[in-house]
Amino acid sequence: MPLDVRLRKRLSPRFQLDVAFAAAPGVTIVFGASGSGKTTLLRAVAGLTSPDSGRVAIGDRVLFDSSVGIARAAADRRIGLVFQHLALFPHLSAAANIEYGLSRLTSAERRQRTAAIAESFRIAHLLAQRPATISGGERQRVGLARALVTDPDVLLLDEPLSALDHATQSRIIADLRAWNDQRRIPILYVTHSQREAFALGERVLLLRDGAIVADGTPDAVLNAPARDDVAQLAGFENILEAAVMERRPDAGVMAARVAQTAVDLEIPLTAAAAGDAIRVAIRAGDILVATERPRGLSARNIVAGTIASLEHEGPVVRLAVDVGVPIEVHVTPTSSAALGLAPGRDVWLVIKTHSCHPVSAV
Amino acid sequence: MDWTAIALSVRLAAIVSAALMVIGLPIAYWLAFATSRWRFVVESIVALPLVLPPTVLGFYVLLALGSRSPLGRAWEAWTGHGLAFTFEALALASILYSLPFAVQPIAASFAQIDRTLLEASATLGAGRLRTFRQVVLPLSLDGVLAGAVLAFAHTIGEFGVVLMVGGNLPGVTRTVSISIYDDVQALDFTAAHQTALFLLVLSFAALASVYALLRKPWAVSPL
Repeated sequence: MPLDVRLRKRLSPRFQLDVAFAAAPGVTIVFGASGSGKTTLLRAVAGLTSPDSGRVAIGDRVLFDSSVGIARAAADRRIGLVFQHLALFPHLSAAANIEYGLSRLTSAERRQRTAAIAESFRIAHLLAQRPATISGGERQRVGLARALVTDPDVLLLDEPLSALDHATQSRIIADLRAWNDQRRIPILYVTHSQREAFALGERVLLLRDGAIVADGTPDAVLNAPARDDVAQLAGFENILEAAVMERRPDAGVMAARVAQTAVDLEIPLTAAAAGDAIRVAIRAGDILVATERPRGLSARNIVAGTIASLEHEGPVVRLAVDVGVPIEVHVTPTSSAALGLAPGRDVWLVIKTHSCHPVSAV
Repeated sequence: MDWTAIALSVRLAAIVSAALMVIGLPIAYWLAFATSRWRFVVESIVALPLVLPPTVLGFYVLLALGSRSPLGRAWEAWTGHGLAFTFEALALASILYSLPFAVQPIAASFAQIDRTLLEASATLGAGRLRTFRQVVLPLSLDGVLAGAVLAFAHTIGEFGVVLMVGGNLPGVTRTVSISIYDDVQALDFTAAHQTALFLLVLSFAALASVYALLRKPWAVSPL
C-alpha cells in the first residue's frame, strides 16, 4: 500500500517543512543537505513529532489528519524506523532488541521470527550479545532486523549506513534489497550520500529548505540537474558561469566560454541560444589531471591551469586549479604522489563533454 | 545500646524508602520528561525539605495532622485515635522530609536516558508503561537504587522532624537519634557512644555498598 504524505510544520520563524508526495512500494530516497528537513519529515511520518497541518496515510489507513483531528500515536502506526544512531537498547541482547516489537506474539513465535530475520540479515551468530560488544556493521543489521521483524507497513531509514565503510554498506544494501523484493513496502531512505542513492533508489526526492525541489529517478535528479541549486545539493563542486558561444545542433553540442576566462568548453546542447548566459556544473571527481599537455584523447576539453592549493582529506586529494577561475578537482593520494602534484605546478585538466552539465539558474 | 530504638528507626526507614519508591518514581518521571512550563514550581516544592529547617516542616505537618485539621479528624474517625505523636505520623512526615533525597537522583538518571531509545520503543509498538518498565527503569537502576539508599539513610538520621511530630515515646516514636540525644542529656555517654557508633557504621555500610556496587562517579551530594 502506498504512503501518502502531505504535511506542514514550522520549525522556526525562518524554516518550514512543507511537502506533499506519495511513495509507492519500493525505495524512495529522500536526498538533501543537513538542515533541509529530512529527519523532521521522517519523525512526522513516524508520529514522533506532530505536524502543524496535513495528512499522513498508508493506503486507506489514516495516521494523521489535521482536518478531522486524527493523530495516531507512534506505537499504533505500524511504521518501522531505523534511527541514524540506531537507538538499540544497550541493556538488551541483540535477540531481545529484535524481539522487543513482537510482544503480542507467543514466545515461541517470537523466537522463530527472530531466528528467521537474523538468518536473512546474517546476525544469527551474535544474537546473545549486547550492542556494545558487536561491530558497527553488525549493529546496523540488528537495527534493521529490529525494525523489519515487526512486518511494518512502511519503513523509514534515517541515514542508516552513513557511519559504515563502502564494502559493508554494499553488503547491507544488497540484503535490504533482497528483503524488500519479497515484501514490497514503501521505504523512505534518508541520505546525503549519492552512492547510497544510486545503489538503492528507484526514485529520489530532493529536499531543500523544507521543500521538495526535484523528484525523479536518481539519474535524472542527481546526474542531470536542471537547476543550479539542485546541482549544488547533488554534489557538483564546480558550477561555472559561462556564455554560449556557438551551437552545433548536428553534433549535439555547443561551445561555452567560461566567464572571466578565455576557456571554451564543449558541452551538451541545450535550448540556450548563442550569447545566452548559462551555468555549467562539473563534478570534481569527473576531471582528469595531466602534467603534460595530453594528445590523442577523445575528451574534447583540455584546459591549462595552475594548482593554487592542495589539501589531503582522507581518501581524496582536493586540488584548486586556477584556469582564470578556480576549479575544484579530486584525485586519489596515490595519483597525486605519482604525478608530484604541488601548489604552483602547471597542469592540464581533461573534461569530457558529457561531464559538463548545463544548468539553468534559479 | 538501645535496640528498640534501632529497630524502630530501621523499620521507619524501610517503610519510608518503600513508600518513596512508589510516590517518587512518577514524580521523578514527570520532572525528567515533562515539558510543562510549570515544572520549576514542582521542582521547587520537591526540593523544599532540603532548605527548610526540620522544625518548620515538622510544625506544619503537626498542624496538618492535628485533631483540628480535616486530615487529623478523618484519621481519628477512621482509627479511633489521633494521628499526632504516632508512628504513622512519623512515617508521613519522614516521607515528606526525605522526598528530594529519593526523587532527585532518580529524576537525574531518568533525564540522562537517550530520548531516541524511548522513541524507538514507541515505534516498536510499546506504550508508555511498557517503555518505562523495559527501557527507562533498567537503564536508571543506579539512580533508583541511590534514591532508595539515600532516603533510607536520611530517614535513619533525621532528628528535628521526629522530635516535632513524633515526640519521644519508647517503641513508638523514639528513633535512634532521639535515643542518643536522651542518653547525652542523661550523661550516659557510654550508651550514647554505642548507639552513635552503630549508626555511623550502618550509614557508612549502606552508602559504601551502593557506591561499590555501581562504581559510578556520582557526586557525594544527592543534588
